[in-house]
Amino acid sequence: MKSGFGVFFAVAVTLSLSWLGFVVAPAVQLGSAKQTTVLISGDTWPQQRTGEATLGQQIYRANGCVACHTTQMRQDGIICDVVLAKPGKNPVAVTNLLSTLKLSGLTKDQADEVSQQISDKGGTAETHISATGPDIKNDWGVRRSVAADFLYDAPVQLGNLRAGPDLANIGARSASSLLMQHLYAPRSINQASTMPSYKFLFDVQKIGDAPSPDALKDLPKDAAPADGFEVVPKPEAKQLVAYLLSLHADVPLYEAPFTPAAPKP
Amino acid sequence: MNPADTNQDCSAKIDASCRVPLLVLFNGAALWLVLGLALSLFASLTFHAPEQFSCCPYMTYGHAVAAASDLLVYGFVIPAALGVMLWIFARLSQDKLELPLVVFLAGHLWHLGVFVGTVGILTGHSTGYQWLEYPRAADALLGVAFVLIAISAFATFGLRKERELYPSHWFLLAALLVFPWIYSSANVFIVTNHPVRGVGQAVINWWFANNLIFVWLALAGLGIAFYFLPKIANRPLHSRFWALFAFWTLLLFGTWLGIPAGAPVPAWLPAASQFASLLMIVPIVATAVILKNILWGANVKCFGGTYCYIRFGSVMFVVSALMLVAAGCPDFSRTVEFTWFGTAQAQLQILGFATMILAGAIYEIIPRTMGTALPFEKFKTLQFFASVLGVLLLVISLAVAGIAQGKSNFASGAGKIALMVSTTGWLFLLLGSLSLLLNILVMTMKWKLGLAKSAWAAITAPLADSEVKS
Repeated sequence: MKSGFGVFFAVAVTLSLSWLGFVVAPAVQLGSAKQTTVLISGDTWPQQRTGEATLGQQIYRANGCVACHTTQMRQDGIICDVVLAKPGKNPVAVTNLLSTLKLSGLTKDQADEVSQQISDKGGTAETHISATGPDIKNDWGVRRSVAADFLYDAPVQLGNLRAGPDLANIGARSASSLLMQHLYAPRSINQASTMPSYKFLFDVQKIGDAPSPDALKDLPKDAAPADGFEVVPKPEAKQLVAYLLSLHADVPLYEAPFTPAAPKP
Repeated sequence: MNPADTNQDCSAKIDASCRVPLLVLFNGAALWLVLGLALSLFASLTFHAPEQFSCCPYMTYGHAVAAASDLLVYGFVIPAALGVMLWIFARLSQDKLELPLVVFLAGHLWHLGVFVGTVGILTGHSTGYQWLEYPRAADALLGVAFVLIAISAFATFGLRKERELYPSHWFLLAALLVFPWIYSSANVFIVTNHPVRGVGQAVINWWFANNLIFVWLALAGLGIAFYFLPKIANRPLHSRFWALFAFWTLLLFGTWLGIPAGAPVPAWLPAASQFASLLMIVPIVATAVILKNILWGANVKCFGGTYCYIRFGSVMFVVSALMLVAAGCPDFSRTVEFTWFGTAQAQLQILGFATMILAGAIYEIIPRTMGTALPFEKFKTLQFFASVLGVLLLVISLAVAGIAQGKSNFASGAGKIALMVSTTGWLFLLLGSLSLLLNILVMTMKWKLGLAKSAWAAITAPLADSEVKS
């Protein structure tokens, strides 16, 4: 290149290609996204957060939680298990057939084939789909995260680093009291945790006439306040926990199907 | 007077024209570098004593690490690179720096923006987007300041006396064009009151992050290396064709990296990124060939001198780019995605590549523009060895921590020992950076003192006879 114009040309061509691809196209494709429908139940997804949880998202942002936590689950694929729902009119034939078939760990096509064989003998089969992958093995969630999960987030904080666990489903696997204690004294829950303690989100105050209903209960000895004192979350802590509890991407969607576990009786 | 003298005289004039603007840029940059490394060190101490700072929100890990990373990039790398670029443009143009006053003002604006942004992050006003954490007020200041400095650079380039265009020109001009584009785009699409809906924000954030940390730093760093290395080694850049090839392919493929493989976005986006990261091997090989041609067999003795800095930095670029490509390979990305490996790569790019090249270049330029030798010449050598040790300790330990995390599927406490080792890396880097700050500060003080002295001498000098009324 012999002139500045050549450089301008090179930058204009190459950067506008990547700009169109990674800025304009996603803005158009994802910017017009709408709520989707949950499989089976037919509910809409995602639901708008409560006011307190929306405020809590700003506490999450302000404290830079995204530096150590992702909120995105990955998934390798799915496996299917075939379960006999109704034996039908000829239970002996169906039972004999079942003893010859592999019923778990199947692909979708194999599962369909097995179901077909069972229905040929008059039985009714159900296919249970479950997602696979390291994140799911870690019990961090039941399916991968999809774009729809983040429709109402501002800012969207997917994160790039897991210095701590993924939080995409923290609301589904944790409870308010546990999260409060974890924020106040992380090491009282997990000795190996390197999470800073967020004591500044709590007040340690003298117990008045009656203990505060919000006070943290059952704190272990080394985290507990002195006798006659209690640890009470500030509004910021309550908002943050409300936000964390709102993180539960645990419904089956068209782009991430799975069979939800039957509700416990 | 022989031609060589004229040339030297001319160079001295060019250097002098850069003095004040470069002092503004470099002084602030050196200060932010020290502060950024100190904050990183503080943040890293969390792995040793997680209960620290539990009293006050401003210094917890999430605040400190965001402020520190932005201080390294926006505080040090960008203004330092701009200063070095201005000087290279003036030198290659064989003419004085145009609009020095604009750079003087813009330099102050830039540093004000970094200050506002850092205070913003520490007080909880971060935007939450990586590498774009500064609140809007700071973004506006940085944007305006960059454009003003770029105007001075373009003016110097446009009015150049020496009309020939060098490979350094391409890379540095491209850097000046790329930043305003990506920075304004990212700000308009995601930092405004009405950001793009949903995960589109994350995609644009990744696009910006990659184009800033990988592409922009590569353009600026390689542009500077391709100026100094041939000059100091006294052999031409071999060859112009390889440089042109590396330049085009870096822009063509490098700008498409950055979307993680497992991201919850339409599948074509991470697929495009993975494909581009495979193609990135092309510019990496081209750059490696150019570096091999300059470095191998070059007869330069540098014991911690500028050549050493820039040689180490350029080699680290190849390593960091290869780490980026590796992290894009499907199998390996499965292991290292969302681990410290990504941090290791980014810090190698920022501290091992860009910061080393810039520190070396500043040490070369500052004595020329100030017209005096460095006050602490030996500290320059010390900084080189401390920084090399620091970068290696930091990057290797973070990469090991990342692989340990990935192999154990993010078991709690995986890689903790390696993370503790990484703290020592920050410590060495911090100690090294003090040398740059000390050298520049003392030089500035001496120069200001000299100015004051000569002004005082001018005031108190007895009037010339011709001025006295008889």
